[in-house]
Amino acid sequence: MATAPSTAVSPPAARGFGRDEIIQRAAIVLLVAWLALTVLAPLWAVLSKSFQDADGEFAGLDNFVAYFSNASLVASLWNSLFVSLLSTAIVLPLAFVYAYALTRSRMPMKGVFQALSLIPILAPSLLPAIALVYLFGNQGFFKSWFPDGTIYGWPGIVIAQVFYCFPHALMILITALATADARLYEAATALGAGRWRIFWTVTLPGARYGVISAGFVVFTLVITDFGIAKVIGGSFNVLAIDIYKQVIGQNANFAMGAVVGLILLAPAVLSFVVDRMVQRKQVALLSARAVPFVPARKAGRDTVLWLYCLAVGGAIAGILGVAIWASFIQQWPYNLAFTLENYNFGDFHSDGWKPYWVSIKMAAGAAIIGTVMIFLGAYLIEKGRGFAWGRGLAHLLAMTPLAVPGLVLGLGYIFFFNARDNPLNFLYATLALLVVNTIAHFYTVAHLTAVTALKQIDAEFEAVSASLKVPFHVTLRRVTIPICLPAILDIAIYLFVNAMTTVSAVIFLRGPDTPAAVMIVHMEEAGRIEGAAAMATLIVATSAGVKILHVILSRFLNSRTQAWRRR
Amino acid sequence: MRDSPHQAVAVRGATATAAAEDPYLVVRDIAKMFGSFVALRDISLDVARGEFVCFLGPSGCGKTTLLRCIAGLESQTTGSIRQSKRDISRAPPGARDFGIVFQSYALFPNLTVTANVGYGLRSKRMRRKAIAARVAEMLALVGMPEAGRKYPAQLSGGQQQRVALARALAIEPGLLLLDEPLSALDARVRVRLRHEIKALHRRLGITTIMVTHDQEEALTMADRIVVMNQGVIDQIGTPEEIYRRPMTPFVADFVGTMNFMDGVVLAPGRVRVGDIELACDSAEGLAPGTLVKVCLRPEDIRVRDLGPVAPNRLDAVIEDIDFLGSFCRATLTLPSLPEAELVGDFSINLMRDYALAPGQPLAIAFPSDRLRVFARDGR
Repeated sequence: MATAPSTAVSPPAARGFGRDEIIQRAAIVLLVAWLALTVLAPLWAVLSKSFQDADGEFAGLDNFVAYFSNASLVASLWNSLFVSLLSTAIVLPLAFVYAYALTRSRMPMKGVFQALSLIPILAPSLLPAIALVYLFGNQGFFKSWFPDGTIYGWPGIVIAQVFYCFPHALMILITALATADARLYEAATALGAGRWRIFWTVTLPGARYGVISAGFVVFTLVITDFGIAKVIGGSFNVLAIDIYKQVIGQNANFAMGAVVGLILLAPAVLSFVVDRMVQRKQVALLSARAVPFVPARKAGRDTVLWLYCLAVGGAIAGILGVAIWASFIQQWPYNLAFTLENYNFGDFHSDGWKPYWVSIKMAAGAAIIGTVMIFLGAYLIEKGRGFAWGRGLAHLLAMTPLAVPGLVLGLGYIFFFNARDNPLNFLYATLALLVVNTIAHFYTVAHLTAVTALKQIDAEFEAVSASLKVPFHVTLRRVTIPICLPAILDIAIYLFVNAMTTVSAVIFLRGPDTPAAVMIVHMEEAGRIEGAAAMATLIVATSAGVKILHVILSRFLNSRTQAWRRR
Repeated sequence: MRDSPHQAVAVRGATATAAAEDPYLVVRDIAKMFGSFVALRDISLDVARGEFVCFLGPSGCGKTTLLRCIAGLESQTTGSIRQSKRDISRAPPGARDFGIVFQSYALFPNLTVTANVGYGLRSKRMRRKAIAARVAEMLALVGMPEAGRKYPAQLSGGQQQRVALARALAIEPGLLLLDEPLSALDARVRVRLRHEIKALHRRLGITTIMVTHDQEEALTMADRIVVMNQGVIDQIGTPEEIYRRPMTPFVADFVGTMNFMDGVVLAPGRVRVGDIELACDSAEGLAPGTLVKVCLRPEDIRVRDLGPVAPNRLDAVIEDIDFLGSFCRATLTLPSLPEAELVGDFSINLMRDYALAPGQPLAIAFPSDRLRVFARDGR
């Protein structure tokens, strides 16, 4: 029998494509095209607009020069930096102690306090601002605390931002403080370190990446926020207000708006880069041999922390409560009789209740379409085989939206989709564009949630499926999706709640369909703050309702699938 | 390279057993690069129909990469693979005919055992009754007839492994690929499952390739072993051939324990190690003056019935004795070979008859037909 190797050197074995792979590759290409259109193209539009003059001709750095020589515009930049730094400096310690109480103590009612702290996420950022107006404004209950309307300005912005950003910082710090290695504490105690020394040398350094990450997140949130500055900023101009003024109104100067938008991009991108670097380091902190830290019961410390959480949690609930209560008040603060008048939105605006339904439709659309697209996209990127550069590009594009503030994205959408020569401009001023915008704006966190869930599944499922001659989409339907259902629900809720509450992304997308959050801004602008409070309350109620539905659904799902999830 | 020892090895291995019929799986000149890292080089081998072949080697030697190339889960940089006369070098995994069991089992956690085992049967358009019957048949085959309604999370490691086997075999593949299937199990379960897999193989007669780093597994289970090291095949042969006639120092050392001594060839059949001259049959073909490694298995060291002028007789001192239950492993030093520390396996009988203890001098001999030599700079 001929045993000598029969072939000469074979040509490079590029593998043939089965049907599965052709479908997957086509889908990735579509995803990349979608992300490029909905994220990259608008960004590019902002970038290029900032280099154009009023007639669309290339104008070099003229706009930038004009910006930096305009004293009031530059003043806004300093104002923005000031409130952002101050808010961050206040929120971080507050949230840190709260997170410490939740993770490192044995105080009771932790679940209640955690739920309380997350309430602001269910509300548009305008809500705390509205509440502050009711409390300390010109007709405020406690207007003597801030006489002569001094609440309008940076004090109001800072206080409202502290409330709004608190849960975001808290979630990051809880994650950072929850992962603690008991062995370090045992070693420190055995070496005779006192409690404070242990805190400074073990606890704080262990959480340092969380603190850094939370700091950057809060800073970016504050500097890019529009709603709070609009309601309670008074004449204190910040970057977000500048963009708004440059783009909306009689003397629209899109190019200048684009310049401010680019400046706003800088902290967001920086925050994004730092966060990525920090993530990698945070993971490395907890080695596989670490022993989970279980806090000991210490009555004195636990009581103090409990009181602290009561105060802070109570304040958060209180702010919310004020705004909700105010929406049912006839004439604040003189006639505190209960009324539902404020909910007749038709009295304030010709559209009446329409914006609310627009928001519902937008949120539902974003939740359903967005979840499907994001999860399938994450599946293709994470579990696909071959086509490495296509999948890499898709992943990169999926990460980009996190670095883009909503205002800048919205700006880009005007420039890109309203351009006369854009074949897609039929989308402009439609509900569809609102949905597309929302999905693009909140893509990254949803994408990362999906990727995390997919990574926890055995990497060889697709190989097994191929060996059994079962097409990949059957395995996707029968195995992957059922296993990832909790994460899929999380993504849907995330998209829904954010769509309901976001202002900055949609404020520029004018059209016959105005979402509720934008409506609030208009009502406040028109001085009808009670209508604004009512609409804000509606949004909170809707978000809360959907969230409760989510919890119920999750519990139900969990109990149904216990048989195979249980070890 | 056509004349490299590895090509010759592969060819020899192929001739050895696959003489009569056409081989079921033909792998030729496979090379695999990850960037600039060479994972596989000059890989050629034949697998006969119904044979049980083990890819054996340390971590990172490329055995799993080779298995995945055969499965189509990795694509080789160059080379060809033919299965049952069909060229599958470029075929995607779905177009190849194989079943695979992974180290992690990869059972679908949200499906019952029955649904798992029947997973590949749905797409074959079998009727539901036929699928159920086949699933029951497979579960009985792996010894788990009652487990149908359970979920993988409720099974032990060994049970999950058997379900994974049943799933892979349900579609009657032509080739069964096992990627370190027993590594995640504890010792007792591993030994039992070894026998079960071998029994299954004998019963079904399915061509099987198993990847393992455990030489005991390979020696007990395989018809032929492919020993791999750093991306190349060092030797292909039956377990006996691999153990008793290793062709490279790496194979000699990796499979079982081996004593190594540095030496030089004096004349055909004679080597000098340190100050002593030894008669060594396998040094026949080497030129005098060649630097060599001289190897001897611990169990081949002779102690009984040595006459005063027995060939290759040496005086040794017992440094230490490890009690291993059914035999003892003694560390020996030889005054005539100061740097050498040898290991000898002595049965309990021997220990008793000669009253061996640490510190005791002992006369030993190296049987000239059991010594093997390898050229020193070669692999």
